[in-house]
Amino acid sequence: MSENGDSSGKIKVGILGSGNIGTDLMYKLLKRPGHMEVGMLAGIDPESDGLKRAKNEGVATSHHGVSAIAEDPEMKIVFDATSAKAHVHAAEALEGSGKILVDMTPSHLGPFVVPPVNLTEHLEATDVNMISCGGQASIPLINAISRVSPVAYAELISANSSVSVGPGTRQNIDEFTFTTADAMRDVGLAKRGRALPIINPAEPPIVMSNTVYAVMEDEDFDLDAVTESIENMVSEVQRYVPGYRLKAAPSVERRSTPWGDKPLLVVLNQVEGAGDYFPTYAGNLDIMTASAWRVGEVFAKRLLGMKEVAA
Amino acid sequence: MSEASKKPKAPRVTDTTLRDGSHAVEHAFAKEQVRDIVTVLDDAGVQVIEASHGAGLAGSTVQQGFSAVPEFELIETAVGAAKDAKIAVLLVPGIGTSRELRRAADAGIGVVRIAVHCTEADVSEQHFKVANELGLETVGFLMMSHSQPPEKLAEQAKLMDSYGAGCVYVVDSAGALLPSGARERVVALKDAVSCQVGFHAHNNLGSAIGNTVAAIEEGVNQVDGTMRGLGAGAGNAPTEVLVAVLDKMGYETGIDTFALLDAAEYTVAPMMPFQPIPDRDSVASGYAGVYASFLLHARHAAEHHGVDMHDLFAELGRRQAIAGQEDWILEVAAELAAKKGKKSAVRA
Repeated sequence: MSENGDSSGKIKVGILGSGNIGTDLMYKLLKRPGHMEVGMLAGIDPESDGLKRAKNEGVATSHHGVSAIAEDPEMKIVFDATSAKAHVHAAEALEGSGKILVDMTPSHLGPFVVPPVNLTEHLEATDVNMISCGGQASIPLINAISRVSPVAYAELISANSSVSVGPGTRQNIDEFTFTTADAMRDVGLAKRGRALPIINPAEPPIVMSNTVYAVMEDEDFDLDAVTESIENMVSEVQRYVPGYRLKAAPSVERRSTPWGDKPLLVVLNQVEGAGDYFPTYAGNLDIMTASAWRVGEVFAKRLLGMKEVAA
Repeated sequence: MSEASKKPKAPRVTDTTLRDGSHAVEHAFAKEQVRDIVTVLDDAGVQVIEASHGAGLAGSTVQQGFSAVPEFELIETAVGAAKDAKIAVLLVPGIGTSRELRRAADAGIGVVRIAVHCTEADVSEQHFKVANELGLETVGFLMMSHSQPPEKLAEQAKLMDSYGAGCVYVVDSAGALLPSGARERVVALKDAVSCQVGFHAHNNLGSAIGNTVAAIEEGVNQVDGTMRGLGAGAGNAPTEVLVAVLDKMGYETGIDTFALLDAAEYTVAPMMPFQPIPDRDSVASGYAGVYASFLLHARHAAEHHGVDMHDLFAELGRRQAIAGQEDWILEVAAELAAKKGKKSAVRA
């Protein structure tokens, strides 16, 4: 994932959605552009904090949403930080434009991408789906487990601070659960998946807290090998989200499940953010925006005709 | 005219033995139990009977506990056994979705009660919309109502009112309220919304009936109970006691009090694994303002890690855990154990 000055130019990118995720992504792109240049932050609410901050940073803004994005032929990559239903409209509006969409909503319109698992799998797609914040946090872990020993059922409880969860997410809780569960299967490789979001208003705000339960198929699965695989994956994610960590070593309990009496692996993850927009408790923003940044960067380099990036 | 017609009509009683009570039986109700309980409640005149996993539709999970019998088989049994009563389901956005709601509507339920943590009503807008499209009666639940002041609850209730809720409940999920707290919250909601207002009590501080009486005195429109108070922790307001109290307050409940007392004694009590009471652990839970249904999970974790339930609840309360965060129980128990220098079992 190199981003040093191979100054073969930059690709103009835009952000659709001036909420928490869109605004955090803007700051990340300003801080570290890679081969991307953020040309616009477009939203629908002229009073939104995101649009005000974009103006402060000298980034072009519009409150006409996707039409402003559609009107710019130079913009090649669009990050969608709106909501699942809004993404469907955006995709329609941008159809045939040649723009690549990196969809940070749980619409599941395009194929799933989770960078440490399948970053370069869908480079021909024009609309890739980033699933959800909880998905980007948990699926690397589930995949790490599945690679070593099969997972009969994976369950995610993703708890986030109320202040950091914006209206877009609140409007599509159902989609979050379906899409994240589907991706836990398709990319995490669990046989079955469930995702349960929690929005907690505690003061001070809680740091993003993700618990992954994995009901293991094999009675005698190798806990040491699974733990090593998980730890390697944590290191991998820490390269782009330094505040991503385990709260404790993975542990095992027994549970009576619909699939029999089984070993249950419990993984306790926490994501502390970089504090680019919200304070560091809002790791839910970072895990999504940093992951999306990686995807955008791969597409940008590809558009610039650069050599294939390392996986 | 008979005596009965001079009495004011009681708030509508919803019995939630087969939903909130599910926590107390670790979600292991059998079809026959559902059929028998619905039958005696319906025969006694209870108008609304709630039946779902304790955590609502699709609650069968590692986090909350798996259902022994698939939830929809129990819901269909309940619908089949009820002659006059409406069957209600609970739906917690994030756990249950519109898919389960549609399936429940197809199965013949009449009421959906949509429950959120009491500061997050806006996540329920999509569910109220679907429920209204399906022609279901809707109720909103503001869980952990003790944790917010009345004004904040009123704001959230207004949102649910705007989404088309037929009633919004003050839900004392932790059993942490006392009558004054129940009263001021019901008053605040009654002033704020045009829809009905309800109250759902838990008995962790021994105040379930008293709190419900305070709510009734402030004109609450709907109240909840479970038979014999069956529920996790110290349980709920016992429905049969609540109906007797409503009689004594001079209301016309439409329910046969003594049939209900018989039902509690002869149908429900024999099938209960324990009689909920405010004991050491459940009082500690209410005292700390912790979600009442954490109790059995907390007990497992405390035993597994060798830590004290009081310490566990105190820390969960301090961290402001909310409904659905049973995983924090495991985490806190492990941390407390580590602090004590005890080695937790990492293999079963």
